[in-house]
Amino acid sequence: MGMATTTGPLLVLAVVVPVIGMLALLVMPFLGIRRPATVALAVVAVGVAIASAIGIDLVRSKEAIVYVVGGWAPPLGLQLRADGLSGVMMAMAALVIAAVALYARPQFDMAEDAPGGRRAFAFWSLLMGLWSALNLVFLGEDLFNLFVALELLTFAAVPLVCLDGKAETIEAALRYLVFALIGSALYLLGTAILYGQYGTLDIGTLHGRASANLATHAAIALMIGGLMAKAALFPLHLWLPPAHAGAPAPASAVLSALVVKAPFFIILRLWFDVLPEPPSEAAARVLALLGAAAILVCSVVALRQRRLKLMIAYSTVAQIGYLFLMFILIEPGVAPWTTIGWTGGMLQLISHALAKAAMFLAAGLIAEALGHDRIADLAGAGRTVPVSVFAFGLAGLSLMGLPPSGGFIAKLLLLNAAILSGAWWVAIVISVGGLLAAAYVARVLKRAMAAPATAIETRAVAREREWPALGLALCAVALGFVPLQPLDMLAIGRGALP
Amino acid sequence: MTGASLFGLAACVLIGLGLYGVLAHAAPLRRVLSFNLLGAGVFLLFGVAARRGAAAGLPGDPVPQALVITGIVVAFAATALALMLLRRLTALRAAERAADGLRDDPKGR
Amino acid sequence: MRAGMMNASLDAVLVVTLLAVALFSVLARQARAAVIGFIAFGLLLALAWVRLGAVDVALTEAAIGALTAPLLLGASAFAGTEKPASPPLRLALAALCALIAGTLAVIVLAAPEPAPSLAMQAVAPLGALDLGNAVTAVLLAYRALDTLLETVVVLLALIGIWSLAHDENWRDAPASPAAPSPPLDLLARVLPPVGLVVAMHLLWVGADAPGGKFQAATLIAAMGLLLMMAGLTPPPALGDARLRALVVAGPAVFLAIGLAGFLFPGSFLAYPDGWAKPLIIVIEMALTVSIALMLLLMLLGPGARKPSA
Repeated sequence: MGMATTTGPLLVLAVVVPVIGMLALLVMPFLGIRRPATVALAVVAVGVAIASAIGIDLVRSKEAIVYVVGGWAPPLGLQLRADGLSGVMMAMAALVIAAVALYARPQFDMAEDAPGGRRAFAFWSLLMGLWSALNLVFLGEDLFNLFVALELLTFAAVPLVCLDGKAETIEAALRYLVFALIGSALYLLGTAILYGQYGTLDIGTLHGRASANLATHAAIALMIGGLMAKAALFPLHLWLPPAHAGAPAPASAVLSALVVKAPFFIILRLWFDVLPEPPSEAAARVLALLGAAAILVCSVVALRQRRLKLMIAYSTVAQIGYLFLMFILIEPGVAPWTTIGWTGGMLQLISHALAKAAMFLAAGLIAEALGHDRIADLAGAGRTVPVSVFAFGLAGLSLMGLPPSGGFIAKLLLLNAAILSGAWWVAIVISVGGLLAAAYVARVLKRAMAAPATAIETRAVAREREWPALGLALCAVALGFVPLQPLDMLAIGRGALP
Repeated sequence: MTGASLFGLAACVLIGLGLYGVLAHAAPLRRVLSFNLLGAGVFLLFGVAARRGAAAGLPGDPVPQALVITGIVVAFAATALALMLLRRLTALRAAERAADGLRDDPKGR
Repeated sequence: MRAGMMNASLDAVLVVTLLAVALFSVLARQARAAVIGFIAFGLLLALAWVRLGAVDVALTEAAIGALTAPLLLGASAFAGTEKPASPPLRLALAALCALIAGTLAVIVLAAPEPAPSLAMQAVAPLGALDLGNAVTAVLLAYRALDTLLETVVVLLALIGIWSLAHDENWRDAPASPAAPSPPLDLLARVLPPVGLVVAMHLLWVGADAPGGKFQAATLIAAMGLLLMMAGLTPPPALGDARLRALVVAGPAVFLAIGLAGFLFPGSFLAYPDGWAKPLIIVIEMALTVSIALMLLLMLLGPGARKPSA
């Protein structure tokens, strides 16, 4: 592990650099800086560099990076660990956050004491906190440390929902907070049970010590239940649409693309890295059934929405459903990361993040240009903000699962895995879900490309504000060129797990 | 029954009660109270694990005790944020109602 | 063993009262009654922590309870009129929750014997760290990253609360909690038990145990709130640079010492030999100031008025 120790500090920096940014935002007068955006964009640049350096090191060394914090080895102390999977997740988060920051800059560029300063200060501070939390989720190896990460994430995400200060969004934020807190409490309950049984919270140590008994299963079930509420898995999704639709567009983008993925990531860790034996088929089937219900029900609901942002938010719940199909598609007895089911699930997670962020950013500019986001009255958007409508369409390819897009590869791999494992109903759900997504994306595009019946008033949007959404959408398309097989990158450091 | 298991059972009842309150109540304040009961039950479970793990001359395993201290402070922050959201929401709703009342009922009955 | 019997029956009485008060809080019809039940619950819970040998936790619980009380009492004024779930649904929920509680009870009663514990490992380095209290060692050495990030959690909650202000006065002072009010009255009743627990702490653990920053910070915040409620000090403007600096000081000092660990002795949040205790004391002092301020500011709420008004 000679290589690993030299780059280990990068893992710490990935977590603390956004925190430093957050602290700096509070004391800008002492630093001689007026605009929060200046500090935030500097942090984004450093953060992207850190994520890239970690990714490059992983590819080069082909082994996980480990950092023991303070020299206190687990189980007494904490360690951070980046394997190929977490490296990819961190890169995804960095990419989305960088695009969102570029997009949000003109919107939140004012000084703290200028009109709109409240929003600017809160947005950038919360974005920094959120990024730190995400990186900790991807790097944490201790269940309580991950609890702290989840709480960081909740406290950063909830206020983002109600930045506009309207009663509806505050109500949505409050409901989101209640769901998130119940989720945290259940997660912590499972953590308490596991500590009582095994005297450790370190995932690696637990993997060796945990035995398949009532306590372990109850603990993991409670934790997964709590995380499901945070990830908005059907039927625990009711908080998500109003929350994600009510937030300012750049906030919606990070919430939908990244925040709901963090609890899912921890579910993966519990399922594959903590549970002592191949998890029971019945449990996998329950998760897959809920995922299937999410895809079918929420796609139909998305199709019936009148507001663009609400439609995109329902689409998020549907697309999260695909992630939970994974559990039934990975045959027991094989290393999961060598299967196409695993690769398909991970690609779905990443391509949805890129595509959904692109969609929300594009929808924000469409709404700004037209002054509303009623789907029925979108005519003229194609002329006013053509790049945004194009980005929306490109991102739509991933949701529908059409080539060329990351969503296409992801859904094809999941479909193949379903057919190979004989889970025909899963294959049908994936196909029907794709058709429904095609319907709700096409419905928007058809309206947006139409010429308005009467002259409409539009607001000019600076062309360069449209690029971040297009960039993300193109990345989602580019993912469509990865080979149709298990990715080596996702397996780095996985086999080495005790 | 040892003292620790007595408190362990109390923790289980508290968790059940808190969970019930969070799910059965619709009023946000009642949900926040119940969430705190649920949290207290979870913290007590850590406390019981700590007590049972007493060794090395300590009255309890210090690791779970420290986790609980962290957890209590986080739960307080959650409670404060939830109640401030609720306070703001109530104020906005009252203002809305007042505005509606003026519009619908010019006599201000 | 009469003392043992005595303790066991004391525990039983404590547990039964604790659960009765909790049940009352969940089932009470009036929000205000539920809040008062919860406050009583918090006090009893602090006693339970003492009985579990966790005096550090008991202190934290009691101190945080004293801060939560005025917050909850204030909130009971706008409790909302939402109806609880329908009776059949409530019955189903009760059955589900009873099932969960029952499963947990089975797990608790069948807990492994001897119980796993990190106590030995936690005590071993205490000499090298020159610390007397193992809980402090966990919070500021072994799991210092948790503690650092937890202060960031509190900071994020504060920023979230600040973001709820109106655009034009978010950097102004929060509304003053001054004027004789039920919270003030209640606080006067809540404080003595806190003092009692502090006294018990001193009595049981002696000068050896430092207590800790959270407990100290919470007490300071409570005192600050009392001052403001009595109208002796106005709330500070939230845009004030000095106030911001004090809020940031704790996490910043913690982070700076943590990052300095990269250079010497060579690991993030590690302390050089012989420097652990002084550095931990510096961190605890800075954190106490910042956490006290953050807790107080969270209670005061978002900016609300122009200082001139």
